[in-house]
Amino acid sequence: MSSLLDFEKPIAELEGKVKELRHLADSSDSGLDEDIAKLETRAAKMLAQTYAKLTPWQKAQVARHPDRPHFKDYAAALVPDFQPLAGDRSFADDAAIQAGLGRFRGRSILLIGHERGSDTEERVRHNFGMARPEGYRKAIRLMRLAERFGLPVVTLVDTMGAHPGIDAEERGQAEAIARSIECCLDLAVPVVSIIVGEGGSGGAIALAVADRVLMLEHSIYSVISPEGCAAILWRSAEKAADAAEALRFTAQDLREYRLIDEIIPEPVGGAHRARDVTIDAVGDAIERHLADLEGVPGLDLRLLRREKFLAMGRPAAA
Amino acid sequence: MNWLSSYVRPKIRALVGQSRPDLPENLWDQCASCERMIFHRDLEANGRVCPHCGYHMRVGPEFRFRALFDEGSWQRVEAPRVAADPLKFRDLKRYSDRLKEAQNRTKAFDALEAAAGTVDGLPTVIAVMNFDFMTGTMGTALGEAFITAARHAVETRSAFLVVTASGGARMQEGALSLMQMARTTIAVQEIKEAGLPYIVLLTDPTTGGVTASFAMLGDIHLAEPAAMIGFAGPRVIEQTIREKLPNGFQRAEYLKEHGIVDLVVPRHEMRATLARLLGLLLRPKLESPPAAEVTSGPEVATEDEMANVDAGQ
Repeated sequence: MSSLLDFEKPIAELEGKVKELRHLADSSDSGLDEDIAKLETRAAKMLAQTYAKLTPWQKAQVARHPDRPHFKDYAAALVPDFQPLAGDRSFADDAAIQAGLGRFRGRSILLIGHERGSDTEERVRHNFGMARPEGYRKAIRLMRLAERFGLPVVTLVDTMGAHPGIDAEERGQAEAIARSIECCLDLAVPVVSIIVGEGGSGGAIALAVADRVLMLEHSIYSVISPEGCAAILWRSAEKAADAAEALRFTAQDLREYRLIDEIIPEPVGGAHRARDVTIDAVGDAIERHLADLEGVPGLDLRLLRREKFLAMGRPAAA
Repeated sequence: MNWLSSYVRPKIRALVGQSRPDLPENLWDQCASCERMIFHRDLEANGRVCPHCGYHMRVGPEFRFRALFDEGSWQRVEAPRVAADPLKFRDLKRYSDRLKEAQNRTKAFDALEAAAGTVDGLPTVIAVMNFDFMTGTMGTALGEAFITAARHAVETRSAFLVVTASGGARMQEGALSLMQMARTTIAVQEIKEAGLPYIVLLTDPTTGGVTASFAMLGDIHLAEPAAMIGFAGPRVIEQTIREKLPNGFQRAEYLKEHGIVDLVVPRHEMRATLARLLGLLLRPKLESPPAAEVTSGPEVATEDEMANVDAGQ
């Protein structure tokens, strides 16, 4: 494990002991097998228990875990012939948002998502997944393209938020996000969104107004980062854990408030411990929802999508 | 608080006497921009624009309704009541207490109030955000009020004007407040699909999720001079890029220069500008030569009207 979260340390210690004992067992015939098996069971149990009751603040850390699968991992595994397309046609190509066409389990789709990057160099190139206006405008351009050819749109959301910077403001960050939301609402083709890591505020919802909005089990989706919220309301970023509790941003919370449609379970110990399993689970969910939406007339999709969002926060019809 | 308690040194204040019953409250205001003192009545008569430096002070819904509608033409569009505090949110204070406090102070249910009337005879629905109500933040109640106002415009074939002033999304409602960005956008789509004009008047300040949704989707974007308008707050940007922000950054004039607003309009010209734009959009062909430009409004109002504004504030 390259990046260990604080609360994972006791588990890692046990796992370390198992490794040591194995080493010993290999070099001497000491009959340690039973002890090893016991410890292994304990470590596995501890991992399962820890991940079964993560606090919201711990979830935020898991959601941001650097080893969690990112856009490029999903694209490579789920859309083998993924063809990235670039640019907003008026200013630049924004590497924080990746988008392209490809065949997903037989279906031609448009896949869009935030890319945070996996090492320092990549992170800088992708601006840590924080998009500028041209990123959202690229998304809009390609969503319209997909619509013209009747291709479903799949979005993978994973961003701290839209880029806060002079350049972004000058080029109309707010307008670009607003137009992206408007475009998502307008599309006459199926749209499926999955929050795979961090769904940060306006920069996230710009790509997440969909017929089906799904969240990975340990992902978060919030109006503001817990640190930002703590700095404003508690006047101390140290209170991020308190803010995390209060904001109710876990997948389980959003499901409870009926703001998302489904939670995709993660492997025990989180997506970063079994990336392939996670990616497959996400793929299966996408396939199921696309099959479900297939054949629904475009105008109905648009109408149902709007009704779905209008119903949010309203008392359920009796 | 009056000028004595605000600006006179304690010793002198003690000499004069703390609270003389014959001294009316709010005799003087201080301009937040040039810091000069303004006789309260002069400030009101000038539409709460500083007569010294032209600084536009914040005003609430009642003021806007009186300033923009044809006199006596408008009535309120009631917003539906929604469940308050869905998250049972609590920081240093309970959200429900913050809400109650804001409701008691403003006598309003939430930070957006709407009314329907006419502007130069043209049916118009105006929705106004109240920065004084939890910094005009957008939660479920505000989203619902916006949708209701927009739908009222569709039903009555009215133009829709929204006057924005907001610190962004209301964090105390978590992701529910985030969803208002999509919900209000649907309302804008309904207005546009009905073939009605959707005009946004951006006032100081308009930021965050409000800017990044319905505030940037207008057919026409008007802004008051020097209004701060942006997505990210200036402090967040400064912390992120560790650079000084350029002069006038995120101000109305700067946004106009960058192609984000159509017109920067001083408050006393707002009603005439709005009437002209609506007329051009909705009366494409005039039967008779145009009447004189509309200029009336409380900015140049009589004292009687000003007294009404006072009462409403």
